[in-house]
Amino acid sequence: MEKTWNNKAWFMVLPVLLLVAFSAVIPLMTVVNYSVQDTFGNNVFFWNGSDWFTEILESERFWLSMVRNLIFSFIILAIEVPLGIFIALNMPKKGWGVPVCLVLMALPLLIPWNVVGTIWQVFGRIDIGLLGYTLSALGFDYNYVNDPTDAWVTVILMDVWHWTSLVVLLCYAGLVSIPDAYYQAAKIDGASRWAIFRYIQLPKMNRVLLIAVLLRFMDSFMIYTEPFVVTGGGPGNSTTFLSIDLVKIAIGQFDLGPAAAMSIIYFLIILLLSWVFYTVMTNVDAER
Amino acid sequence: MSGANERTTRQDRVNEAVSDELASTLSQDQIARLMRRRGEESKFWWLVPTIYIIFLMLPIYWLVNMSFKTNQEILGAFSLWPKNPTIANYMVIFTDPSWYKGYINSIIYVVMNMVISVSVALPAAYAFSRYRFLGDKHLFFWLLTNRMAPPAVFALPFFQLYSAFGLIDTHIAVALAHCLFNVPLAVWILEGFMSGVPKEIDETAYIDGYSFPRFFLKIFMPLIASGVGVACFFCFMFSWVELLIARTLTTTAAKPIAAIMTRTVSASGLDWGVLAAAGVLTILPGALVIWFVRNYIAKGFALGRV
Repeated sequence: MEKTWNNKAWFMVLPVLLLVAFSAVIPLMTVVNYSVQDTFGNNVFFWNGSDWFTEILESERFWLSMVRNLIFSFIILAIEVPLGIFIALNMPKKGWGVPVCLVLMALPLLIPWNVVGTIWQVFGRIDIGLLGYTLSALGFDYNYVNDPTDAWVTVILMDVWHWTSLVVLLCYAGLVSIPDAYYQAAKIDGASRWAIFRYIQLPKMNRVLLIAVLLRFMDSFMIYTEPFVVTGGGPGNSTTFLSIDLVKIAIGQFDLGPAAAMSIIYFLIILLLSWVFYTVMTNVDAER
Repeated sequence: MSGANERTTRQDRVNEAVSDELASTLSQDQIARLMRRRGEESKFWWLVPTIYIIFLMLPIYWLVNMSFKTNQEILGAFSLWPKNPTIANYMVIFTDPSWYKGYINSIIYVVMNMVISVSVALPAAYAFSRYRFLGDKHLFFWLLTNRMAPPAVFALPFFQLYSAFGLIDTHIAVALAHCLFNVPLAVWILEGFMSGVPKEIDETAYIDGYSFPRFFLKIFMPLIASGVGVACFFCFMFSWVELLIARTLTTTAAKPIAAIMTRTVSASGLDWGVLAAAGVLTILPGALVIWFVRNYIAKGFALGRV
C-alpha cells in the first residue's frame, strides 16, 4: 500500500512509546547500571568497568547453559516444525471438524506455563503419573528426577506438547489461503501428492513457516517456567537453560553485577536474532 | 459375505466406468472429474489429527482425573478413572479466599492489561499502517525486540522500579509490566489487520465530511472488529500464561492463581488433589475464550498477515 509521509503520525505512536519506554527502557537502564558497578552493601556503588562482562564470558557455567539452550532449541525445532506441517496437511478443510480441531489444538497454548509444568511433572511421575507409570510397567527405567536423559526427554516432550499446535495453526492458516484453482491445475497436470506439497503448498507456507520457526526459536531460547517447574534445572545442572541460570544468579544468589552483565549479553543475542527476523520478514514482504 | 460382495461390485463398477470412458470420447468435464477422483486424499486423513489430539488431551485428562480423586486414592491405587468421584478438591478452592482470590487477581490484571494494551496500540497501529514518518521502521523494530525480550532479564529491574513507585503487590503493576510484551504484540496484530483495509475507505470518509475520531469509531473500528478481538485474545493469553514477572511483582494482595499454586504445594505437603483441581480451573478460562476467536486464531499467530 502507498503510504503518505506524515510526521504528525508520531502523536499517534506517542502513547505506545511512553508506555513501553516506562516498562522497557527504565528497567534496562537499571540493568546497565548494575552491570558496570560493584557494591559492598548499604547502597554504596562504585565503578567496576567491564569486569563482570569478562567474568561471565570466561565462566564455563554461562557457556554450558548457552550450549544446552541452543541444543534444546534445535531439537524442539527439528521435531515441532515437520510434525506441525504434517498435522496441518492432514487437518480437515471444512465441516464441523475444523472448529473442533482448532479449539482442541489451541488448548495447550492457553494453559499458564507453570500449570503446563505441573501437568507434566505429575504426568511423568512413576508412582502417580500416567506416562511414568506406564513406562515403568512396560519395563523402561524411566525417572526424570534422577536421570538427565529422561529429564531431557520429558522437557522436550513437554515442549512438543505445548507448542507444536502453534506451528500447526500457522501452517493451517497458510494452507487455507491457497486458492482452489492451484489444486485443480495440479490435478490436470497429474501432479503427485509430493509434487503438490513441494511446489504449491510449501512455497505458499514459507512466510508463516518463517514466523513459526523464529517465534519458536526465540521462545525456546528464553524458556523458563516449564522446565523450572518440572526439573528445577536438574538433575545437577543438566536442564539449566539460560533464563533459569540467570534467575538463579540474580534472585537466588543476589549477585547483581554478574546477573546484570549476563542479562545484557543475553539481551544482545536476542536483539541480534530479532534483527535477523525483522530483516528477513520485511524482505519477504517486499518480494510479494 | 457382504464385504466380499461389496468389493466385487465396486470392482465391477470401476471396470465399467473405465471401459465406458475409454469407449466414449471424454469431455473436459469428465476428465476433470476423473482426475479429482484419483487425486482424492486417502480415507484415513482423520487419523493424524485424532492421534495428535489424543496426545494433547492425555496429560489434561490425567489432571482432570486426579482432581476428582482424594489424596489417598491418588497415592494409593493406580486407576485410569476416579473410583469414588469427589468434588471436595474443588470445594476447597471455592470456599477458601486465599485460593479463589487468586483467580480474581489474575482476571483483574489480565483485563486491565488487555484494555491498556489494545487502547494504546490502536492509534499506533493505524499510524504504522497508513503513514510513513521519521524513524517509523526503527520504531517498529524496537517494539518487536520488546516482544522477544526474555522476562528473566526484566524480573529484577521491574521489582526495583515498581518498588520505587510503591506499586508492588498491586494489580496495575502486573498489568503495566505485561505491557512490555503485549503492547508490541497488539501493535503488530492490529497493523496486520489494518493494512488489509483499503486506504480508499479512509479517503472516501474524509470527502464525506467525517472528522478523524468519528471516522475511526464509526467506520474504521467495525471494519477491523475481528482484528481487535484477536488482539484482545492474544493480550489475554500472554498475560494469563505468564508467571515469572507476575510472581515477582506480587506478594499477597494481588498474587495470581498460578503463583498461589506453587506456594501452597510446598506449604501443605503436596496436596495433589487440590493442586490438580486448581490446575483444571486455570485451563477453563482459556478454553472459553478460544471458542470466540477460533476462526481467527491462526491469523493472529501469524501477526495478522497470512
